[in-house]
Amino acid sequence: MSLLEEMNQKATALGIPLSAHLDITWRCNERCVHCYLDHDAPGEMSTAEIKDVLRQLAENGTFFLSISGGEPLLRRDCFEILEYARALRFNVKLKTNAVMIGPKEAVRLKELGIEQIQISIYSHRPEIHDAITKLPGSLRRSLDAIRRMKTYGLKVSISNVMMRHNYSDSKSVQELAKELGVEFHIDPTITPKLNGDRSILSLGISDNELREVFRTEEFVGNVDEFCTPGAPPDDSVLDGYSCSAGHTLIYISPFGDVYPCVQFPMPCGNVLKQSLREIWQGSSALTELRSVHVRDLPTCSSCSHVSSCSRCPGLAYMEGNMRGPSTADCAKSEARMGFDGKKTPMPAKPSQVLVQIQLAPMQMHAH
Amino acid sequence: MNELYLAKSPAIAARTLGDEAIIMSTVDSTLFSLNPTGTVIWDAADGKTPVSRILEEKVCAEFDVSFEQAAADAKEFIDKLAGHGILLVSDQPIPEKEAS
Repeated sequence: MSLLEEMNQKATALGIPLSAHLDITWRCNERCVHCYLDHDAPGEMSTAEIKDVLRQLAENGTFFLSISGGEPLLRRDCFEILEYARALRFNVKLKTNAVMIGPKEAVRLKELGIEQIQISIYSHRPEIHDAITKLPGSLRRSLDAIRRMKTYGLKVSISNVMMRHNYSDSKSVQELAKELGVEFHIDPTITPKLNGDRSILSLGISDNELREVFRTEEFVGNVDEFCTPGAPPDDSVLDGYSCSAGHTLIYISPFGDVYPCVQFPMPCGNVLKQSLREIWQGSSALTELRSVHVRDLPTCSSCSHVSSCSRCPGLAYMEGNMRGPSTADCAKSEARMGFDGKKTPMPAKPSQVLVQIQLAPMQMHAH
Repeated sequence: MNELYLAKSPAIAARTLGDEAIIMSTVDSTLFSLNPTGTVIWDAADGKTPVSRILEEKVCAEFDVSFEQAAADAKEFIDKLAGHGILLVSDQPIPEKEAS
């Protein structure tokens, strides 16, 4: 077990929101065709309110903090917020389109010790990328910013959301990432808008294309390993949870609304009305979510893919039942593993070491 | 040992989960997990309190260990963390602006 897994296990046992995703705005200078947010929603938290949320997150044990949007740099106080977050010793990841990151901003991000800057690049071709963001020149500006940030020694990651329009460009984007010396991740899932509108799902890639993605070594690493179903579920699987949402992960919107995850819009409270601790420990929605073990899932618990499925309870929730399957994950699981069940070995138990050091960060190929 | 002062480097992310601290270097993303004794020293590393006082008032007071043993363990611990640049060590008090 890696140190990160041990940390997650400990945080689960202690009821600590180890990871937080904080959107500081939903406003954006791009209009990506697949975006799930309402960019015009009013009522963003003030600087002081956001700082108070950060203080409360630190007090409650949050270590990993993703600051995102919308485009976070549209807020004039973005760097003040980042500075405050780093003073509270969060491990900060910034999700941005980077078009507003010039030399001055890149230097400041480096000085602040931001762990990683994550940027979505949809294609290596401007005509495709810019058509998706609807911002002319956006590919050039994002790539210029990536080169700049690399010059200053920042860690950058390119995320490639796969859609019908850009699917064939993913390998070229991966090559581009290699040339730029940055991490690369694919994301083949389009999610519904947070208001429930599912129209954008039609932008997603087909089941056949998904199957091809999962058979591509460059994207998933060892294909045989990736596409081999897990062992039949034992108690550790059935007593476990689908994901960390609401267990060690919390999402906070620019308006103070708390959800288990950005993809799981189940209202749990609002930090402008209650303390974060009251919400995290007292929300009936979170209590109900935490009571749902894999063995309680009426359909999924008996599915042959249950050990290895990336079932998202948030997507299931948006389909009407957080205990149900999510169509997108069933499609992913089928594309990945079909229904041929081979066995995989269970991981070994960890040894007891007084001071443990993990030199390299974990890296995932596919979400 | 000569009197030493400890302070947390600004180039880290850190949090205490229960009685164990987790620390990540923002320079190279190395992740550290400290045991409860290490966490007591880490929490007390304020740049102002000498190591001998931390050992006497925190470590020896909270754990069943002699001062000599605590000092030997602490030296190894401090060398390791200082070697990774996440702990600042000085024979003078460390001003707040140099630490986090």
